[in-house]
Amino acid sequence: MIRFEGVVKKFGDHVVLRELDFTVQPGEFVTLIGPSGSGKTTILRLLMTLEQVNAGRIYVGGECLSHVEKSGKWAPASEKHQRRMRKRIGMVFQQFNLFPNMKVLQNITEAPIRALGLSREEAEQRGRELLDMVGLGEKADAHPSQLSGGQQQRVAIARALAMRPEVLLLDEVTSALDPELVAGVLRVLKEIASTTDITFLCVTHEMQFARDVSDRVMMFDQGQVVEDAHPEKLFTDPDHQRTREFLKAVLDRG
Amino acid sequence: MNWNWDYFWESVPLLLEGLLVTLELTVLGSLLAYVLGLVFALVRRARIPVLSQVVYLFIEVVRSTPLLIQVFIVFYLLWPALGIRPSAFVTGVFALGVHYATYTAEVYRAGIEAVPKGQWEAATALSLPRARVWTGIVLPQAVPRVVPALGNYMISMFKETPLLLSIGVLDVLNRAKEQGAETFQVIEPYTLAGILFLLISYPSSILVRKLERRVGQL
Repeated sequence: MIRFEGVVKKFGDHVVLRELDFTVQPGEFVTLIGPSGSGKTTILRLLMTLEQVNAGRIYVGGECLSHVEKSGKWAPASEKHQRRMRKRIGMVFQQFNLFPNMKVLQNITEAPIRALGLSREEAEQRGRELLDMVGLGEKADAHPSQLSGGQQQRVAIARALAMRPEVLLLDEVTSALDPELVAGVLRVLKEIASTTDITFLCVTHEMQFARDVSDRVMMFDQGQVVEDAHPEKLFTDPDHQRTREFLKAVLDRG
Repeated sequence: MNWNWDYFWESVPLLLEGLLVTLELTVLGSLLAYVLGLVFALVRRARIPVLSQVVYLFIEVVRSTPLLIQVFIVFYLLWPALGIRPSAFVTGVFALGVHYATYTAEVYRAGIEAVPKGQWEAATALSLPRARVWTGIVLPQAVPRVVPALGNYMISMFKETPLLLSIGVLDVLNRAKEQGAETFQVIEPYTLAGILFLLISYPSSILVRKLERRVGQL
């Protein structure tokens, strides 16, 4: 479903990803862990086309996202190509990024109406179902500012799902939340992961969640995959020293 | 000094007539400044080759030269060059509107930049069309925040209308001058004009300050 081929990403002189290769199968839930600055979030932002690669190619659903092939040569993808590809991908952000000038329901219906061409009735019906699913059916007419962080993040999840993405990117979705609100968001995500065939790519510091929900965990360091394993294996018996050190640091802190 | 209360009160009707012209100039000039300023801000931001640079240069030139000279240029050079003869009033609205648009453009720019990057990213992630990102997300967040600043420019414009005397617009101060010229007694009508300006400006700036406080809570 997702394939990175020799992807390089630099910010100025700073190399964030160095010739990164990995694949994610359709329907898989893959979690990226690793120290901050290891390039995990950059991977999600490249997939969402919020950043562009410096070298290498990214494929989504068998189609190249980052480039287009023209008479045997690869050229960077046009905005138009990326706009089409983007519709297959959704993203939930650390800071929620709800639209504060719109009520909760409109936050969810806006994109299906404007980008997918759904009728208002259809979009609102879908929106209300999703709000029920994330446990916020009562909040359709509230303003985002009236919700807690955890509630806002659940609305943001519903908003991303309303576009029926094939791939959902989760960028540290609980990092900005007060501790007591984290569990509600993770419960919703678990529910979605187990009831849909969406492919997940998740960056998180919630190790228990990663262990519970992931099919595979990839440990990153300095822009490279250090270890790629089933969560039980990676969390209990990692092969690499770097992984052991990282897990020890994170678990001690927790 | 010879202060004549009767003369003072006699001047009221004529000056109120002038005040009406001043208010019309201010409201129409501000509307032009608000619309044109937004266009300037959007064109500059869009980085359209040539056009964006031209707008940038135009803004710099207009902001670096006195309004009075711009009024003359419009009235005595621009209109003849275009082969049209708008009235002094229309010229006044145009000159005030364009002059202040170069300031409101900056206000809008700041308002647009204050919209968090995450809003743009969320809009991209949701595949919202570009035009809708502006009309549905960015401007509805940017504009309310800059309303007080726009209001302040309206008050400044109000106080600058008297310089349109140079092309013969009879606003409140120019009515006062006209009145004074007839009787050789200027202090009463001028004082009255000052009071009229104060009666409009002061409550308006209080209103703007209230708006500022409310916007601060957004």
